[in-house]
Amino acid sequence: MASITQTVSVRRQRFSPSSILRSVLGSQESVLLLALILLIVWVGSENRQFLATRNMVNVFAGNAYIAIAALGMTMVIITGNIDISVGSLMVTLSMLSGAISVYDGYPSWVSTDLTIALAWVLPVIVGALVGAIIGFIVTYLRIPAIVVTLGFLSILKGLLIIVSGGDRITGMPKGYALAQIRPLEDVSMPIFPAFFQTLTMPVFFMVILTILVALWMRYSPTGRALYAVGGNAEAARLSGISRHRVVMTAFILNGVFVGIAAVMNATQFSVIQVTLPPIELTIITATVVGGVSILGGTGTVVGAMLAAIFLNTITKALVFLDISPFWTRAIQGMLILITVLADLYRRHRQSA
Amino acid sequence: MTAHETSQTRIAPAWTQQLRALLRSQESVLLFITVIAVLILSTQTDKFLTVRNLLNQGRLMTEIGLIALPMTYIIVTGGIDLSVGSIAGLSAIMLGYGWYNLGLPLELAIVLALVIGAIAGFANGLFIILFRVPPLIMTLATLAFYRGLAEGIAQARSVRDYPEWFYALGQRETLGIPNQLYFLVIAAIITAIILSRTTFGRSLYAIGNNELAARFSGIPVRRNKLIIYTLSGFMSGFAGYVLVSRVSTTRSDMGSGWELDAIAAVVLGGTSIFGGSGSIVGTMIGLVLIQLLKNGLALTGVTGDATIVVIGSVLILSTLINSVIQRRVEGL
Repeated sequence: MASITQTVSVRRQRFSPSSILRSVLGSQESVLLLALILLIVWVGSENRQFLATRNMVNVFAGNAYIAIAALGMTMVIITGNIDISVGSLMVTLSMLSGAISVYDGYPSWVSTDLTIALAWVLPVIVGALVGAIIGFIVTYLRIPAIVVTLGFLSILKGLLIIVSGGDRITGMPKGYALAQIRPLEDVSMPIFPAFFQTLTMPVFFMVILTILVALWMRYSPTGRALYAVGGNAEAARLSGISRHRVVMTAFILNGVFVGIAAVMNATQFSVIQVTLPPIELTIITATVVGGVSILGGTGTVVGAMLAAIFLNTITKALVFLDISPFWTRAIQGMLILITVLADLYRRHRQSA
Repeated sequence: MTAHETSQTRIAPAWTQQLRALLRSQESVLLFITVIAVLILSTQTDKFLTVRNLLNQGRLMTEIGLIALPMTYIIVTGGIDLSVGSIAGLSAIMLGYGWYNLGLPLELAIVLALVIGAIAGFANGLFIILFRVPPLIMTLATLAFYRGLAEGIAQARSVRDYPEWFYALGQRETLGIPNQLYFLVIAAIITAIILSRTTFGRSLYAIGNNELAARFSGIPVRRNKLIIYTLSGFMSGFAGYVLVSRVSTTRSDMGSGWELDAIAAVVLGGTSIFGGSGSIVGTMIGLVLIQLLKNGLALTGVTGDATIVVIGSVLILSTLINSVIQRRVEGL
């Protein structure tokens, strides 16, 4: 899973142990995977409770919506843009989803099932629309993405509070809780049966979407065009790639993934609240720690997913290591810094 | 004021051309938008255009203003500093912690807060120049790290009951003008002169336009970057101190989201987010425009949430108008 560049280089230099080690450490994805495994093993040996099935599921599911949103962010950043409005958009779409499900003024022919289906699908469509508007302003009106999305951050946040009245939404109909479904509940798995049976929907969305997007970005012309535009816009233009179309695609897909993440977020608990923690920063952090260069042109969604899980594992681990939760962010910040420095050092070594 | 300065940098043969350039500069377009906004708002309510209200708005915008000034320098060089709000929070916490928990004299605690701010900014700059970490990434990491330190040190305790003299900066007036406003105005004048009139200031534009070329022309790029990030940290620390003095208490979430407010003021002020152009005057007008919109709309009965919708729209629209005008000026 950990990136194809790695397997290629392993094949090339399979005979020397040190060169194998070097190439394993040669991609951000494998470094993250290694760090994740080491962290889980270490915390587990300090406190067995950490490895309890319930907690392990939380470790993987807790940031699944961040990982899903990071898919879109990865595309946007790879094209050399950025979107800092995703946090506001996600909360807005979560509230929208909840509001659709509890609204009671539908005509009589609208069944509850249809309402729920609408509550799941409409946020994704609205997300795509908002993405299209942002993409249009960035490409055709030529305003830098950071400015446009800074504006949208305010606009969406304001609209959200006006429309929702700052209230919380409760009493969603039965069957709405998509994120609480356990798809493998009745399937007996050969390994870790309890773990797989308790895994909830967001993890499946995260893994399947990440694989699909990773394949799409690696093998489809449009997917490759994302890298081309971010890597060298002029060369991309000369080879007949429409920069505008590619950037539009990235922003629209970003809206779609934020929509899916919002539905996962909304259906996770029995209350949907207008809380505005800086989700956009967590998403950008996951993307960047996952190895996506902020300058555009490089990075993979697999790295972003591993980083999202890694960040959540740290948060959860602190509880089991008896460290005051007030230190969580300081430790996270330090780890982000270390990962980024390691990444820079590695790139420097590779280019030298 | 700087509209003059910008136009002087071009060589204008006739005064008409000079005037035209002046009218088309980013700052005058923005000033025009601000005047229109003030006129419209003042017809809606008579509580808006009063000296008392306007001075009070000046008080409220000081903290963001103090941060937006060095932010302008940083954005002019093509960088960004997302950690300013967290540095303000960390400095505020260190002020309260130093005084209350460590038992330092309050004067010394204030100095400690400012020094911590400067060190935090210096650390940002050091990593950026030594390891070439992109500023967005570096300050994103320290946004989390510095806020985390503030939360860890504070352990959710707040500090209050400062002695009476401490509130003078944030809550009192001299000659009818809020005290902190003096600091903002003086800081704005000094930073504006440095940016437009000194070798150091001009070098920031050179760095933003073409860093490699700037380095080859003998500009101490790395030293200058280190200076502006340290300045940004120091000013953020100072803004944290001003805030504590104004609201009388210290909490670890102080200054959250300030980075976006400050960047919005800078960008609204016409500084290109890609670096290479911009001015302090523009930033100050942007700052004033945002504050007046917030206040004016609130007074006319618009809720605070609709206000941020307007500010977001103004940010995008004014950038659009400016880019259209600039493109026409450049004949593109």
